[in-house]
Amino acid sequence: MTSVVTKKTSYNWRVVDIVVAALIAVAGGVIFWAWSQGANVISAPINALYPPLTGLYAGGWMIPAVLGMLIIRKPGAALFCETVAATGELFMGSQYGVAVLTSGLLQGLGAELVFALVLYKKFSVPALYRKFNLPVALLAGAGAGLFCGLNDSFTPWGWNIAYAAPDKLVYIICTTISGALIAGGLSWLATRGLARTGVLGSFASRKAATEPVFS
Amino acid sequence: MTSIQAVRPAAVTARGWGWRHAGRARPAVNALDLDIRPGERVLLLGPSGAGKSTLLHALAGVLGDSSAGEPGESGDTGDSDETGSLLIDGAPPRDRRGRAGLVQQDPETQVVLSRVGDDVAFGAENLSVPPAEIWARVHESLDDVGLGALSQDHPTSALSGGQKQRLALAGILAMRPGLLLLDEPTANLDPAGVLEVRDAVGRCLEKTGATLVVVEHRVAVWKDLVDRIVVLQPGSATEPAVLIDGTPDAVLDQARDMLMAAGVWVPGHVPATRARTTARRGGAAAHGAGRGAGPSAAGGVLLAAEQLAVSRAQPRRAGLRDGFRRIAPQPVQAGITTGVRAGEALTITGPNGAGKSTFALTLAGLLRPVAGTVSASDALSAGVGSDPYQWKAQQLIARIGTVFQEPEHQFVTGRVIDELMFGPRHLGYGEDRVEELLERLRLTDLVDANPYTLSGGEKRRLSVATVLAAHPQVLVLDEPTFGQDANTWAELASFLSELLDAGTAIVSVTHDQEFTAALGGTELSLGAPGRAGRGSREHGGGHHDLRGRELPGAAPS
Amino acid sequence: MRDALALRGNRSVLTRANPLAKFTAVVLITFVLALSIDWVSASVALAFELLLFPLAGLTLVLLWQRGWPLILAAALGGWSTAILAPDTGSILVDTGIWSISEGSLQLGLGFALRGLAIALPAVLLMSCTDPTDLADALAQKAKLPHRFVLGTLAAMRLVGLMAEEWQTIGMARRARGVGSRGNPYQRIRATLGQSFGLLVQAIRRASRLAVTMEARGFGGAERTWARPSTFSGLDAWVLLGGLGIAAAAVGAALGAGTWNMVFLAQQ
Ligand SMILES: Nc1ncnc2c1ncn2[C@@H]1O[C@H](COP(=O)(O)OP(=O)(O)OP(=O)(O)O)[C@@H](O)[C@H]1O
Ligand SMILES: Nc1ncnc2c1ncn2[C@@H]1O[C@H](COP(=O)(O)OP(=O)(O)OP(=O)(O)O)[C@@H](O)[C@H]1O
Ligand SMILES: [Mg+2]
Ligand SMILES: [Mg+2]
Repeated sequence: MTSVVTKKTSYNWRVVDIVVAALIAVAGGVIFWAWSQGANVISAPINALYPPLTGLYAGGWMIPAVLGMLIIRKPGAALFCETVAATGELFMGSQYGVAVLTSGLLQGLGAELVFALVLYKKFSVPALYRKFNLPVALLAGAGAGLFCGLNDSFTPWGWNIAYAAPDKLVYIICTTISGALIAGGLSWLATRGLARTGVLGSFASRKAATEPVFS
Repeated sequence: MTSIQAVRPAAVTARGWGWRHAGRARPAVNALDLDIRPGERVLLLGPSGAGKSTLLHALAGVLGDSSAGEPGESGDTGDSDETGSLLIDGAPPRDRRGRAGLVQQDPETQVVLSRVGDDVAFGAENLSVPPAEIWARVHESLDDVGLGALSQDHPTSALSGGQKQRLALAGILAMRPGLLLLDEPTANLDPAGVLEVRDAVGRCLEKTGATLVVVEHRVAVWKDLVDRIVVLQPGSATEPAVLIDGTPDAVLDQARDMLMAAGVWVPGHVPATRARTTARRGGAAAHGAGRGAGPSAAGGVLLAAEQLAVSRAQPRRAGLRDGFRRIAPQPVQAGITTGVRAGEALTITGPNGAGKSTFALTLAGLLRPVAGTVSASDALSAGVGSDPYQWKAQQLIARIGTVFQEPEHQFVTGRVIDELMFGPRHLGYGEDRVEELLERLRLTDLVDANPYTLSGGEKRRLSVATVLAAHPQVLVLDEPTFGQDANTWAELASFLSELLDAGTAIVSVTHDQEFTAALGGTELSLGAPGRAGRGSREHGGGHHDLRGRELPGAAPS
Repeated sequence: MRDALALRGNRSVLTRANPLAKFTAVVLITFVLALSIDWVSASVALAFELLLFPLAGLTLVLLWQRGWPLILAAALGGWSTAILAPDTGSILVDTGIWSISEGSLQLGLGFALRGLAIALPAVLLMSCTDPTDLADALAQKAKLPHRFVLGTLAAMRLVGLMAEEWQTIGMARRARGVGSRGNPYQRIRATLGQSFGLLVQAIRRASRLAVTMEARGFGGAERTWARPSTFSGLDAWVLLGGLGIAAAAVGAALGAGTWNMVFLAQQ
């Protein structure tokens, strides 16, 4: 009488997925908060020079979205992590007030869409959320960065709402690049590092360290 | 209170049940046949790594969750697999949510919420108990485990280790489980705490009549509470899992030798350890240092503490008004003067929260003293200055090796063998000892395993081995023997006695009185925090039975 | 960090209001202020908010400790707006890359004040809201999925413990021969290594906590709540207060003729 544990492809969140995702997110919120404080210091000289360049620094805010998805690999992970991270920042005292929640939500959405749609051309649902390699991570980071730039430039509560149009464009390009490199690249590296230590043993990402980089 | 209705005790049936963890060649449990009747109280024994925790997790329905239901191509050899059947009241544990309540070994991860009342209520809420009844249960459970005096809003972060362990028990009791699963519920507790938790469990069973399965290496504590002893043996492909099964008296009478061979701690028997060969210099060492004979004094004092005050907290800076003065933190212990000589052991004892670990970390050059000094002799420092806190990390590990209370903190690589090689490689010597350590600490089969997946006892042994591999002259060990079966315990004690003979100095923090006796040397007993009560005592060494001895610091004054 | 995440001994009036009511009031104020960049609506809201601080149990000293980075940030936001907004009126400074005009200066000033007026109510909200109460309200009243809400709450407690863990991991790594001293390069490397160690420990702990939660029956579709989240008369007042501040800010700006919906004008 042998019953092998059934292995089904499941998009359902287990308790461990939720707790670990939330942890990455809340820890991310604290990092955010520190990042925001750092942003003030670093951005002072950049602000004096040409403020849209501060967008190059924005990627740090989007790490939880990409990192969360690369580790958990469940639909909604990017959205959930980034939103919770924004809530965490709110708890620490955010300079953006409750508007930080919409930034979080939108940035998470940016990354989430990339993960969901990157293979959408196949139009078969199981193909969603199947790739977590370097290009996808970079793209997801860029997606988050793009949405971050759009939020800051065009929503009423956006930080750059009063900029002239060309400056907004420069800013959005900066956040997109920063999102790709900092949020996408660093998260991808971190996931591989974490997989190597064995703490991801209970997640689909446990073999991330040996997965091919590009395919 | 009388509102507890007796719960319906649960029955357990295992038929050829086996479990192999992901990535392991051998099953953790193999061909387990076991029937536990409702209301029975079972003490589960077996050597470290025999699969006791694995069985308890399976009964609690939390095993295998890790690999079930993940996306991606499955079927690779790395996945776990289960054979046979394991049933609670005739159904798989997963379908019996709330029937079994599990208290795990590590108190820290058992706290879920930040207020005591909420934390106890959590389980009952999940089982959809009506709110009015939940609070009645919360009060009752807290009373039962002896935490009734705490307010419901008491922050859970401000509890001692023993209190957390009892809180976890209360949280389980509020669920009214028919099956109580306790995995080494008294590890890390001081002797008084062990009895408290045991008695709390006894009272609850009396009241509810629930079935009990408790895992513990030491029989003496639970002997009178249980009515059956089951001994597991490490999983192999052929042998059945249960080695011995019977009532405590019968098992202890008839199978005593088998128990001892299986590494069980039988009451009244301390496993033989290697005797010291070099002559002991007697007790003058620590006392001599205590009277201010500096580390440079002859006689081989390697490391000395002088009027030491310790705390985990770092000094704060005062505000502008006070001119940014440095404000020293409130020490948990102050005025400690002691020392340790080459070839001698110093044992630190005391109740939970006394500051033993804090003292050990300070002595090992990892924490900055709040007041007083730690100084290394010239023989130990070999030209890098006498304050270990100022040494570079590499200089430190070649001289003073520290084993932390929580083994996982110290793991820095992803494989057991890399973990062991890590220190020696950094220092460029000493790989020779690795083989021997693997062998003697029974880690040979696990060289490729990930340190985080080891059993509780295996993790402990690995963290001790990693430090020994670097050949330090002084060893600082925080609870080196907890969770060890008697055989491994004896091997570890013998190994340390060899090191002592070779001139290593050993400082150990422990609640384990047999271990203290086996190493001999001086005992430094720290009182409850903030109290001055402290004393040193000398052991003749050898195999004294130290049970029942009052620790000077623990006595209420 | 731990202190920032927990309320200690705050017994003020607003701690007793339902978190959802407080949150709605703050969202209302934030949204209305976001519509316009002008110094009148921002100043009016800011004045009211400062009056409310004692109700949330905040003192001026505490406010300053938590608030100064916000002021710095608001000032920077105002500056960048002043130099990058399209110019109107006479030019005051022109560097080639950017310029400040009368119009953009006024916009920058309004922006800085508005930034503060948006950030402060959030600080106020969080300093009088216990995370556990917020989670209760979100799951019971806002009907967010309880597994996610409670999982997040439990993770939040772990993050509070991470500050302590940081020190322990530093010591543990030193005891393994991985140092945190030396030249700046070595220090940065060591800090990165230690941060990574912290992340590893945190994930490890979270995984084990998840097992604990499941062992306590967590994860089912249904559950009851020992501590019901309720609305009271106080919450009506909180909502009215939020509405009042928002209305006063808009009214004053419209009356003074400074109401300026920048985000519409720019598209
Ligand atoms: N998550 C895991 N992944 C892989 N192997 C595991 C895992 N957990 C336990 N093991 C292995 O399974 C075996 C049994 O482990 P288990 O924790 O059940 O032992 P135990 O009897 O409780 O020992 P101890 O007394 O040391 O706690 C051990 O060899 C251990 O290394
Ligand atoms: N990481 C920490 N940060 C701050 N305080 C701590 C930390 N760990 C322990 N403490 C506090 O310091 C005191 C001494 O703790 P320590 O760990 O040294 O006690 P101990 O004697 O080793 O206890 P145990 O027998 O439970 O291990 C305790 O009151 C505890 O609450
Ligand atoms: Mg175990
Ligand atoms: Mg300790």
